[in-house]
Amino acid sequence: MPEKRIVLRNCGIIDPKDINTYLSRDGFKALQKVLSVMTPEQTIAEVKASGLRGRGGAGFPCGMKWEMARNSPGDEKYVICNADEGEVGTFKDRYIISNDPFTLIEGIAIACYAVGAKTGYIYLRGEYHHLFDLLCGAVAQAQNRGFLNHFTLDIREGAGSYICGEESALMDSIEGRRGEARYKPPFPPSEGLWHKPTVINNVETMMNIPQIILNGAVWFNQMGTERSKGTKVFSVSGDVKKPGVYELVLGNPLRELVEGLALAERVKMIQIGGATGRIIPYDMIDTPLSFEAMLGAGGVAVFNDSRDVVDIVHRTMEFLAEESCGKCSPCREGTEVMLEILERLSRGKGESRDLRILPELSEAMMLASLCGLGQAAPNPVMDTLRYFKGAYESQIRENVRGVTA
Amino acid sequence: MQSILTPGKRQGDLLVLLEEAQRKFGYVPQEFMAGLAQSLGIPLSDIYGVATFYSFLATKPQGRNVIRICRSLPCWLKNAEIIVNSVAQELGINPGETTADRKFSFELTNCIGACDIAPAMLINSDVHGELTPGKIARILKSYK
Repeated sequence: MPEKRIVLRNCGIIDPKDINTYLSRDGFKALQKVLSVMTPEQTIAEVKASGLRGRGGAGFPCGMKWEMARNSPGDEKYVICNADEGEVGTFKDRYIISNDPFTLIEGIAIACYAVGAKTGYIYLRGEYHHLFDLLCGAVAQAQNRGFLNHFTLDIREGAGSYICGEESALMDSIEGRRGEARYKPPFPPSEGLWHKPTVINNVETMMNIPQIILNGAVWFNQMGTERSKGTKVFSVSGDVKKPGVYELVLGNPLRELVEGLALAERVKMIQIGGATGRIIPYDMIDTPLSFEAMLGAGGVAVFNDSRDVVDIVHRTMEFLAEESCGKCSPCREGTEVMLEILERLSRGKGESRDLRILPELSEAMMLASLCGLGQAAPNPVMDTLRYFKGAYESQIRENVRGVTA
Repeated sequence: MQSILTPGKRQGDLLVLLEEAQRKFGYVPQEFMAGLAQSLGIPLSDIYGVATFYSFLATKPQGRNVIRICRSLPCWLKNAEIIVNSVAQELGINPGETTADRKFSFELTNCIGACDIAPAMLINSDVHGELTPGKIARILKSYK
């Protein structure tokens, strides 16, 4: 089954440096429709009816988030576009911004109108500084054409911190602090940036907005599954012949993406959703791609049968332990303990009690960590213990052939 | 330094100001942080805490060009380790070090979102992908 390029409809077709090429493909028509014949409430209702869920990993219903922010008391509200794409194996937002920054800007403009925000931010990760001029240029062109008169759009850059992709750490970063997670509740739509109602949406989520407005909610919610509407843009990398960005209607089997489009062979396992995502063994490759299957932001890393499971989980935990903001003990200490255990296991120096400690520690981290990093850090460990237990058992020192005490 | 510290800045501008200093000076000097503390009314320790949190901000002088090789899984699957060794060999320094002529600093970094062109690295803000040991010398020579 071929791709369905809705979010990516302009990529490779328009000139990302020239707004005229965007205007000739219905560019800013959705914004004009919203500003002239729709109230903010009607706009929100349309997005709610579409069933659009956040595309950055959490999958929260977009329209509901906008509605909560709109209904929060106060006149000072913010919209933030999360372009801090730091999840391992994820590069769809890089691709989107470099090929079609205008749709993104239009989506943000619609969000600001709907929510009642006078200020919007795009938080662009520091590693994407190479896109900064392009993005600024697109914003300037949109401003010059008068499309952004109802709000101010500012671009803020990150400076090399994975955790700043987490919404509350991101807000702390914009506020000029270390990017640390916040206690929730309150959630951003009630109290976010500078304690004001704030909507934070991923790049891809915003990219869906103009088409939903132009084509209607029903057009959108006819695609996908019961609880996962529309398309999803996937970033595929690793042991594949054709790494890259692919957009598929939700509900398609993972096999279609990994083998059909990316041409993977001899697959052992697939990590979906990056370092904090799920690990799926090859015999589950017909799993439908959906939020129910825990997609994350759609980063798909493929590992073939030459790869060592424990080594991969060890390297994943190295990343997470380093990027932990350090604020809460379950994550700060938990990732370090897991790392130490996985490091020994990867060298064949595991102890049998390690296989008891890992699940116990996982449960504690999932329950007690302040944010998604700590809560989901155990995912790769738990998934591989479930599907590849033998890989761990063979690394316990008593089981390693020829080991000396 | 004064040009960055124009009046009217607030805590919300802190990261922006630190990034500006990093761009201008190649690192965030202690005197700059002290000046910020005074003009923003924030404790110097807090400023230091922010500067040291972000991996793209340095508190010690770096080379004119900063090489950051990705060490995350998708790049590692495509032999990023070989690239790390090639760069180390070419420059005569290890990750975490700066060349004697201050031309290059060399770091390892986490996923830079170039997994489709792995193995990849950043030099300053330029992305270099599909790296092979044979390409390293030419790429490094193109930097002043």
